[in-house]
Amino acid sequence: MKFARLFARLFGAIALAASAAVFAQQPIKIGLSMPQTGPLGGGGKAALLALQMWRDDVNAKGGMLGRKVELISYDDQGNPALTPGIYTKLLDIDKVDLLIAPYGTVPTAPLMPLVKQRGLLLMGNFSFQVNHTVKHDMWFNNAPWADASSWFDGFFLASKGLNGKTVAFLAADQEFAQNLVGGAKEQAKKLGLKTVYEQNYPPATVDFSAMMRAIRASKPDMVFVASYPGDSVAIVRAVNEVGVGPSVKLFGGGMVGLQFTPIMESLGSQLNGIVNYTSFAPGMDFPGIKDFFDRYAKKAGDAKVDPLGFYLPPFNYAIGQMLEQAVGATKSLDHKKLAEYLRKNEMKTIVGPIAFGPDGERAKPVVPMIQFRGVVDKNLDQFRQPGKQFIVYPSQYKSGEVTPFSSK
Amino acid sequence: MTKRISMFWVGAAAALGLALFAAFSIKNEYFFFAGYVVLQFVVLATAWNILGGYAGYVNFGTSAFFGVGAYIAVMLIKFMNAPLALQIIAAAGVGALMGVSCGLLTLRLRGIFFSIATVAVAIILETVINNWRFVGGATGVQILRPPVMEPFDSYTKMIFVVAALLAIIAVATARYIQTSWIGRGLRAIRDNEEAAECAGVPTLKLKLLACAVSGALMGAIGAPLAMYQSFVEPASAFNLNYSVSALAMPIIGGTSHWIGPVIGAFLLGSVQQIVTVTITSELNVMVVGVLLVVFVVAAPDGIVGLFNKLWRKRPGAAKAP
Amino acid sequence: MFSFDLLFDAIVFGLLLGCFYAAVSIGLSVSFGLLDVPHIAHPAFVVLGSYGTYLLGTYGMDPIVSGITLMPLFFLFGVLVYRFYYETFEKRGGDAGVRGLAFFFGVAFIVEVSLILGFGVDQRMVEASYIGKSLTLGEMRIPIRMLVAFGMALILTVSLTLYLSRTFTGRAIKAVAQDEPALRLMGANPVRIKQWAFGIATAVAALAGALLIIIGPVEPGMGRVYIGRTFCVVVLAGLGSMSGTLVAGLILGVSESIVLTLLGASWAPAVSFGLLLIVLGLRPQGLFGR
Repeated sequence: MKFARLFARLFGAIALAASAAVFAQQPIKIGLSMPQTGPLGGGGKAALLALQMWRDDVNAKGGMLGRKVELISYDDQGNPALTPGIYTKLLDIDKVDLLIAPYGTVPTAPLMPLVKQRGLLLMGNFSFQVNHTVKHDMWFNNAPWADASSWFDGFFLASKGLNGKTVAFLAADQEFAQNLVGGAKEQAKKLGLKTVYEQNYPPATVDFSAMMRAIRASKPDMVFVASYPGDSVAIVRAVNEVGVGPSVKLFGGGMVGLQFTPIMESLGSQLNGIVNYTSFAPGMDFPGIKDFFDRYAKKAGDAKVDPLGFYLPPFNYAIGQMLEQAVGATKSLDHKKLAEYLRKNEMKTIVGPIAFGPDGERAKPVVPMIQFRGVVDKNLDQFRQPGKQFIVYPSQYKSGEVTPFSSK
Repeated sequence: MTKRISMFWVGAAAALGLALFAAFSIKNEYFFFAGYVVLQFVVLATAWNILGGYAGYVNFGTSAFFGVGAYIAVMLIKFMNAPLALQIIAAAGVGALMGVSCGLLTLRLRGIFFSIATVAVAIILETVINNWRFVGGATGVQILRPPVMEPFDSYTKMIFVVAALLAIIAVATARYIQTSWIGRGLRAIRDNEEAAECAGVPTLKLKLLACAVSGALMGAIGAPLAMYQSFVEPASAFNLNYSVSALAMPIIGGTSHWIGPVIGAFLLGSVQQIVTVTITSELNVMVVGVLLVVFVVAAPDGIVGLFNKLWRKRPGAAKAP
Repeated sequence: MFSFDLLFDAIVFGLLLGCFYAAVSIGLSVSFGLLDVPHIAHPAFVVLGSYGTYLLGTYGMDPIVSGITLMPLFFLFGVLVYRFYYETFEKRGGDAGVRGLAFFFGVAFIVEVSLILGFGVDQRMVEASYIGKSLTLGEMRIPIRMLVAFGMALILTVSLTLYLSRTFTGRAIKAVAQDEPALRLMGANPVRIKQWAFGIATAVAALAGALLIIIGPVEPGMGRVYIGRTFCVVVLAGLGSMSGTLVAGLILGVSESIVLTLLGASWAPAVSFGLLLIVLGLRPQGLFGR
């Protein structure tokens, strides 16, 4: 009898210890989809690498809440039709604890109603105004912009010296470009600019020579473009092939893709003169970022991914840092608690301090504008130094004024 | 005869009961998410077969009716926040109208021309929607679901049961058409249209009826897509994959009997969902393509046909079922 | 934004594009127009040719040279496909229509997915000295890649038309389309002739694929939008008319270009299908049909 009781207690103790060990070993699963192929794939590969770097860093420090962090990611090809299925799979089959949004507005848009209905926290990844209809209160976007004025103002201010009065708008018919160009048109009106041409094109368009001709015929001073990588490349090629006309002094603005190093390398000198947004360019500095780039460059070289990684990687690392801080401070994985923390506190990241406004976008947006200058063909290393992406806005990083665009 | 009919209805009631039971006992949402897709294809395949299998007119424009159904729902939601039932009925009505008008325009065309004309209608409709800002254009629209109705505890489960209901309605309709004078007329048209005309079969009326019913069912199952996905955009709503799947499933299952599309939809649909979850979503299009080719070449009468052949080979089997 | 300059520009561009459409469609004119094969996988074969050109391009081969190099390979491929189709469908007769169409749809899908699995969904393009520059004529700027595609397309279309009307095999192909029993009675083997014709149609598709990737980037799903364009051209031309294909292609090219300029790029996909429906409704035998 005595032995039985002893045995039972021993058994109980072992079982408790074992289950504690098993439970402690249960990793924290963070689910996301990230384009590895498709139009956004070039950026997505670099972004995923940065997230993996963060995961390794945080696990080396003991993980979050004493548990290992695991990333579960799928390739969404930048296709909005695939993301609802992927995220439902992440939630119901992989049973993840936390969610990060896909890179890009277009694949994220279908998820907003889903996360709002299920009351889930979603960490945004470089989307633009994707929350403005659904108004989910647990959305936090890592991008340096907030609304269209944060973007267009920079574009216009950078060109103050060029005295432009008329503007043409060219935008892809998809969530990002439409959000951006809609806001940009309002800003243009407020600033007293006259719109002489506007065109929305289907996302799959590959030939822009007809649109170039039409733009040239309307003789604008400025051309504001909102496009995704595939079309951005085609537009830049069309500008160099057929020309947009001698009247244009300022070209660019919201062209996604011209920040991906492989695209910058392949377009080369065709980029010169274009004024476009970015998130980071050499010449800007934040504590911790240089160390990040050094480590990133080594890993990117091995993985055969964008070796410079200026655009997305530091901001993706920052998503990880924000989650780490929120989970560490609230000591929980409860989405409501985490959302409350993120709403009220300023987070320290390698891209500077991040604080959020009521809509989940940056409280203090700053969208750097650069002008491509002196870029030569087939040379990747030229972009390592400041100057090729010549910073023209904001004033704290500015290297000089915008020079006029020239085209035949 | 009465015994046979009531067997069907018993089976149908059992199927609905099973769906409801699943909705209340299975906890994992993903089952309903994937299950909805399979039921959706049961409706599409059955609807396609009414015109394609019974009458022999190969419609490649399934995606048009389906997409229009989804966008009618979107319009009603944006306009007046209409309930799901109204969306479905409206979509069915528009689908029927579309079916009749398409029929009038294209039924004069033979074989492949009819099929290509149906593809043309689908693409043109997609282009129109792409250009219509109110329903979101090429960008698409985000749809917020209304709060869930009692007694279901999640919207996905409710919409799964709705799909099950539509599937039963579709199959019952197909069965009725197949066994009635309408079915006989359609089969006569499929075998030899001119002879049927000469024999006094009202070919035009029957063809238009088949078009209308087929279109109505396809539109009806398109409507819940808006609420199911919470996001609708033309590229995926009008995707040609729907047309090819709606055609492949009856061919695989068997086009002569109403059970064929059901078998094909369950088989192909489930395989696609499993492949999507385990491997990659590309491969599921490959599955459709390969199975379509294999069955068209080797087993043109589908699984039903294979089953029939095996049945007849059994020693002592008196007559074919 | 309407002006006569812009319209004139659009027409010129449309003519260049249209000739290219003719080259893409002429293979279908042979396989569907003459041989009655419901070859809905023809655009998929063209895209396959584009990817073949891309692949050879990664070894440094010029796209046009690549296209020509692929032709014998595609010829053999076409012969095999036709043989299979004939043995499985035409020989057994009867309900071949539906099943043949379904078969080719399946083939088109398989080709598309194989390309996705092999190359990914990303757009692919080729580099060549004539891609990226344009010719300036007054106010007009014509991209040289369009001129190159136009030139090659014209050569292709004219040579195929001449082949079918002047050479012995060519005329045999036309004969088999018009009156197969008569041909059989004369001792010729219609199956071998049809096989040969389908092979030629597929080889032509390869070269058209090379032109496609010269004109712009390609991605695996591109075949779908070309289903409308190719069938529109073939039906508008009239089944069996080769010279009609060129005229029909030009008509489609110019219509698309004008719609593009006046209404915008978002309406362009509807042009080919809309034109197709109009032709089927008003004059199903096409412009020069038999």
